[in-house]
Amino acid sequence: MLEQAFNGLVSGSFYALLALGLAVIFGMLGVVNFAHGAFYMLGAFGAFILLDSFGVNFWVALFVVPIVLGLAGIALERLFIQRLAPLDPLYNFLLTFGLALILQDVVKHRYGVQSQPYPRPFGGSIDLGLFTYPAYQVFVLAVSLAVCGTVWLVLTRTRVGMIVRASTERPELTRALGIDVARWVSPVFGFGIALAAFAGVLAAPMRAVNPLMGADLIITVFAVVVIGGLGSVFGSVAAGFAVGLVSALGNLYVPALSQTLVFILMAAVLLWRPAGLFGREEAL
Amino acid sequence: MLRVDRLSAWYGEAQALREVSLEVAEGEIVTLVGRNGAGKTTLLRCLMGLHGKTSGTIEFLGEDITALGPHRRARRGLGYVPDDRGVYATLTVEENLLLPPVSGKDAWPLERVYETFPRLRERRRFPGTKLSGGEQQMLALARVLRTGARLLLCDEPTEGLSPLIVQQIGDILREVKAAGVTVLLIEQNVHFAATVADRHHLIAEGRIVESMDNAEVRAREHELLDYLGI
Repeated sequence: MLEQAFNGLVSGSFYALLALGLAVIFGMLGVVNFAHGAFYMLGAFGAFILLDSFGVNFWVALFVVPIVLGLAGIALERLFIQRLAPLDPLYNFLLTFGLALILQDVVKHRYGVQSQPYPRPFGGSIDLGLFTYPAYQVFVLAVSLAVCGTVWLVLTRTRVGMIVRASTERPELTRALGIDVARWVSPVFGFGIALAAFAGVLAAPMRAVNPLMGADLIITVFAVVVIGGLGSVFGSVAAGFAVGLVSALGNLYVPALSQTLVFILMAAVLLWRPAGLFGREEAL
Repeated sequence: MLRVDRLSAWYGEAQALREVSLEVAEGEIVTLVGRNGAGKTTLLRCLMGLHGKTSGTIEFLGEDITALGPHRRARRGLGYVPDDRGVYATLTVEENLLLPPVSGKDAWPLERVYETFPRLRERRRFPGTKLSGGEQQMLALARVLRTGARLLLCDEPTEGLSPLIVQQIGDILREVKAAGVTVLLIEQNVHFAATVADRHHLIAEGRIVESMDNAEVRAREHELLDYLGI
C-alpha cells in the first residue's frame, strides 16, 4: 500500500510540474495551452535525440532541453499567441491544439509510434524503511518537490513574483499602476514551457518515450488544473500530487475505475467548489 | 497640468463620451458629478489609457500622452484609484503598497504611509481584500501617494463608506492638495464635494453640461441631489 502511495506521488510529480506551467500560463495570458503535453513529449525526445545522436548524457539534457524549448516557447508567444491574444480566446485554443497535433505527427513521422529506449542515469535502490524503492524515482520526486517549492518561493517572496501575481489577478489595473505587464508575458510563457520540457526529460528514463506520451498525460493534467483552481499555482501543485496519490490508490483498490477516478474526483470538487480547491470565484 | 481636448469614447457602436474638453490646473481639486452611466468612469479610464476606442487629445504636464500606454502614463505621474478600489487579493497589504513603482520626487515613504494609516501597518501581512471597505479605500489612496503621483484620478472614493471614514478621506484629500498634488475626483456626494474641491463639472450623456463653483453647488445642493437620484 505504502509503495503504491509512493508510486502515486512519483506520477504526481509529473502532474505537478505540468500543471504548474499550465497554471502560470493561464493566469498571466488567459490562454489554455493545449500544446503543453506536446512540449513535455518534445522534452523527452530532446533528451533521447541528444543521447542517441550526440552522446549527450542525461544531466546535460536536463539543463539544455528546457532552456532550448523555453526559448522556442518565447518565440511561439511572440510570433503567434501575442497576435491572437486580443481576439476571442478560442483562437489561441485552436492555435495551441493544432500545434500539439503538428508536433506529435512530425515526431511520429520520424520515429514511429513505438517507444524509444532511454537508460536510467543511475540505478540502485533506496531503503525507505518499510520498502525499498528505485533510487531514480526517489530522485524524480525530490527534484520535482524542490522545483515546485522554488517556484513557490519566487512567486511569494520576490518582486518578480509579486508582479506576476498582480498581473495574473488584474492585468489592466496592474498596467494602470505603472507595471509594463506585456514585458513579463513572454518570459512567463517560456518558463511554463521549460517546466513541461523539464518534466519530459525527467520522464524519459522511466516512461515510454513515444509521440503520444504527452497527449496521454495532458488530459489528466487538465483535470488536475481544474481541481486545483484555474490559474492557482499552489492549487495546481497540491492537486498534482493529490491526483497522483488518488489514482495510484484507486488502481490498487478499484482497478476498474483507475482511468475514470480522476474525473470523478474533478466532478466532485467542481460540485463542491466551482472555482476549484484554491481558485478564486472571479477567476472564472 | 491636465488639458483634455474634444475627447470622445465608444463602447462598440455606442458613444460614451462626446467631445469632452476640460482643464485642471496644478494643485486644484476638480470633481466630476453625474448620474450612473453619464460617462464619468469612462472619462477617468480614458485619461489612464485603459479605454480602447477614443478620439481627441490628452495633454499632461505639457506633454501629449494620448498615444501612451497606461503604465507609461502612471510613470509620468498619474495615480489611479479605480471605482472598485483595485485591491489585490493575492497580494498582502504591504505588497499592494509596494507594487507600483515610484514615479515622482514627492513620493511618500512607506513609514509616512503607516504613520498616516496605522491600520495598514497593523494589517500589513494580511491579504489586501481582508481589509474592510474603508481600509481598502485608504489602501488604494495610500498606494498612489506612495508613488508620488502628481495627479490623482479617484473614482468615487467615498462610495458606500461611513460618514466618519468619508471625513477622513476628505482630510487626506485636503492634505495632499496642500502638498501641491492635483486631484480629479468622481463624486456623487455633492455636499462632500463642496467641502474638498475647488470646481465641479456636471456630466450628462457623455458631455460636460455645466461647470460650478462651491457656492453654486451649495446653493443648488437639493436640486443636484434630486437630479442625481440620491
